[in-house]
Amino acid sequence: MKEIITPLTDDIIFDLEAGDEVLISGPIYTMRDMAHKKITEILEKNETLPFDIKNQIIYYCGPTPAKKGKKIGACGPTTSSRMDKYTPILLKYGVKGLIGKGERSEEVKQALKKYNAIYFSALGGLGAEYAGYVISSEIVAFPELGPEAVYKLTVEDFYAVVINDIKGNDFYLINKYH
Amino acid sequence: MRVINQKEITAKIKKAVIDANHFLPYDVISAIKKAANKEKNKLAKTCLYKIIENAKKAKKGIFPLCQDTGLVVVFIEQGDNVKINGDIYAAINEGIKEGYSEGFLRKSTADPLTRQNLNTNTPAIIHYDIAKGSLLKISLLIKGAGSENKSAVKMLTPADGKEGIIEFVIDTVKKAGASACPPYIIGVGIGGNLEIAPYLAKKALLRKINDTNRDRELSLLEKVLLKKINSLKIGAFGFGGDTTALAVKIEMQPCHIASLPVAVNIQCHSARHKVINI
Repeated sequence: MKEIITPLTDDIIFDLEAGDEVLISGPIYTMRDMAHKKITEILEKNETLPFDIKNQIIYYCGPTPAKKGKKIGACGPTTSSRMDKYTPILLKYGVKGLIGKGERSEEVKQALKKYNAIYFSALGGLGAEYAGYVISSEIVAFPELGPEAVYKLTVEDFYAVVINDIKGNDFYLINKYH
Repeated sequence: MRVINQKEITAKIKKAVIDANHFLPYDVISAIKKAANKEKNKLAKTCLYKIIENAKKAKKGIFPLCQDTGLVVVFIEQGDNVKINGDIYAAINEGIKEGYSEGFLRKSTADPLTRQNLNTNTPAIIHYDIAKGSLLKISLLIKGAGSENKSAVKMLTPADGKEGIIEFVIDTVKKAGASACPPYIIGVGIGGNLEIAPYLAKKALLRKINDTNRDRELSLLEKVLLKKINSLKIGAFGFGGDTTALAVKIEMQPCHIASLPVAVNIQCHSARHKVINI
């Protein structure tokens, strides 16, 4: 098990290999379909983003509403492939890690290699488990999107598995042939 | 004539959607435990046990099993001796609206084009049937989009036959890969027409994981498909191993002499289903 502190630095990124189990601690940012659309529109217009994405990890997640006294609701990962269209531009502007579930497109895998970034899988369908990893949460952009708003989550020992490393290895493909 | 009030249905639906989102049914837990014990891939085994841990945490009623608290798919079977005092569709949608709001569940219905969230998690997907007797049976599925997005329907031809069905099911599961939260339960609908095959596939998901198909040939086909799916080695969460699916369930009805409609409805491991008998 490798322990990772965010934001990501090159020495962490170069050390990670497909199949590694990791525990992530520090801030990560939730973004789903609608937030991706809005953020990429801002980037394409060369305008200022509502939060700094450089060296950060994006988590594909739309949590359930937090109950009274709780930091967040259930917050497992959503399917990553829906974000494929938007991912290369985010990597170009400095995002270094992505967390979701399921396979990525060839374009995304190439971009991960090109920009030295990592794709992790969290465990889909384990919303209650992941809620326990969240120490604090705040909405940093697009509150009007409800569950699709961008949350800055500070997490502790957030469990994930490296799927795509910077050498071009794909853990899903490694499994298929072994 | 037995009379059931709209308000009673609303109250029962409200409680049912909250419960269904927090309690993983016992047949699912039991199948996952069995798979975890048998699994030889170390990482997949560890993660299968995490599903059980997650179910234990959700059972406390504070966090739902999954953040995708789904669209609610409802199958009504109304006995011919039952009269509803009011509107059954309104009763169900009101129960869902109240349950999702008061239960702190995620509202996931949106306008398809503007993508504006409707903030009610309604309208539910409602299938209505008349049955014999004095019972109102309402079966619910809490169906997330991850698995629904990877489901498919295909109009095969008679010449494609059973081999064609097998090929289409396997191909659909392969395409779902790691994306739709394996281990899966695969609902297969065979026959009917363009809209009935997916309806049958969805209905198949209401069955208990460990039941046996009453039709011998279909029971055999379920076993063949399960074996082939598990030989794909996608495994739990796509991490490899023997547990790509927990079960395959087939429902079938006659079709046109010229066609062979087949639908595959993928269900994720968080198979949240519930039956209310009123």
